[in-house]
Amino acid sequence: MSSVMASKVRQKRIAQLIASGKRLDGRGPYDYREIKLESGLIERAEGSARVRLGKSEVLVGVKIEAGEPFLDTPNEGVLTVNAELVPLASPTFEPGPPDENSIELARVVDRGIRESKAIALEDLVVEPGKKVFVVFVDVYVLNHDGNLIDTSALAALAALMNTKMFNYEVKEGEIKIKPGYKPLPIRNYPVAVTFAKFNDKLVVDPGLDEEQVMDARLTMAVEKDDKICAVQKGGDGYFTAQQILEASKTAREKAVELRKLVVKE
Amino acid sequence: MSQKKTEKLIDEKDVRSDGRKLNEMRPINIEVGLLSNADGSAYIEQGKNKILAAVYGPREIHPKHQALPDRAALRCRYHMAPFSVQERKSPAPSRREQELSKVMREALEPSIFTEYYPRTAIDLFVEVLQADGGTRCAGITAASLALADAGIPMRDLVSACAAGKVEGRLVLDLDDLEDKSDGADMPLAYMPNYNAITLLQMDGMLTSEEFDQVFNLALEGCKQINQLQKEALRKKYVAVKEEAEKEEEGEAESEEEGEE
Repeated sequence: MSSVMASKVRQKRIAQLIASGKRLDGRGPYDYREIKLESGLIERAEGSARVRLGKSEVLVGVKIEAGEPFLDTPNEGVLTVNAELVPLASPTFEPGPPDENSIELARVVDRGIRESKAIALEDLVVEPGKKVFVVFVDVYVLNHDGNLIDTSALAALAALMNTKMFNYEVKEGEIKIKPGYKPLPIRNYPVAVTFAKFNDKLVVDPGLDEEQVMDARLTMAVEKDDKICAVQKGGDGYFTAQQILEASKTAREKAVELRKLVVKE
Repeated sequence: MSQKKTEKLIDEKDVRSDGRKLNEMRPINIEVGLLSNADGSAYIEQGKNKILAAVYGPREIHPKHQALPDRAALRCRYHMAPFSVQERKSPAPSRREQELSKVMREALEPSIFTEYYPRTAIDLFVEVLQADGGTRCAGITAASLALADAGIPMRDLVSACAAGKVEGRLVLDLDDLEDKSDGADMPLAYMPNYNAITLLQMDGMLTSEEFDQVFNLALEGCKQINQLQKEALRKKYVAVKEEAEKEEEGEAESEEEGEE
């Protein structure tokens, strides 16, 4: 059986190392694990991407279907983000309806994309107030080794950039799909940077064993012009005001690094 | 629905649609200990928000497997009444409510000495009777008072308040209309004596300078809320003391009568 919980000895060692500015796997406080990204591996999906962050692995598939707009935004398409903590990804994940962790994961990824207006939703309207396209972003966690938020946000962005929108025409109110594709209109590139707090120390990209020791977690999503577009604190502990302001600076720097992996200019 | 979309939310003189200044909080009314069945309770009105919070526990935990060997399990349910918003909300818990239940629990957990009550549950219920923007913050403010009212040992009160950006200007305590406008909203929860941020969320877009300013604005808001919380608690205890004294007097009088 795989050990989910790091032993007390290991937990203590992790805490000691971080207190002295080091980490168990040799990283510096503001180093990410190695990131591998592949796009377009699911042919059936309109867009897809897989990100490996260390041993954490997330696959995101994008599907586009016709649907109804929200009442308060008749002139916009719809973005829906859902996350599945698939049972094969960790002994702690169980089948069943989404729990609070998967809901939080989906909603934080959603907030980064939505608030930065990454998708040009106004280009996805067929008939205002009646018919629009719905972009389903399904986050599928395949292996859990910590920092699922950053892994998922990166995979979601890569999948959206990989998404092909089918050509269509409207005949008697019905959508007829025509041959050919064009890219989904993407205007912004939000990425998430997650911090873990250990007493007076902050580190980025906590691994699973570090997540078990950390006091609290803080995620900042940063968009292309260095603006912060979503924030989420998680975990049972707290941050000091100084730590929040420090994190907001560091998040901007790390976001530039992460974005380069997806956006090649 | 959104009838007044074209109307400006802030005029040229920096006056907001409800007459407030940019850094002014909505009127707040707090009452502590008003539910007789709960171990602790509190009610808050903040603008048009009307929110009840109640605490049951520490008490036996069900289902038993949720018991924690070294501390009490804090469980939180944030819920909106179907009639609390313009369009009826289904009473089934939405994804938003589930997320808020989680972050509110995490906002209050650091304030409680849960290690005093291993293997028990502390159940916290927050019911939004009417929503007007900023319900998670008002909910936390009330919930923290309900915990104190229940006599649960706490490190500090948790005070919560949001700040954000509306029509390009930075404002304190956004109401529903302002929240739904195309700006930014940053809810924050704070334990003043610990300088501890226990909840921080944000949506919308903020530059580096704006982020720092909005953060500090929300922090100041929390400090104001903290004063109101302390007053509300004090009022409750004065009321209890007066009641006890009255009873004592009554008993003394009846004793005297008996002697005669």
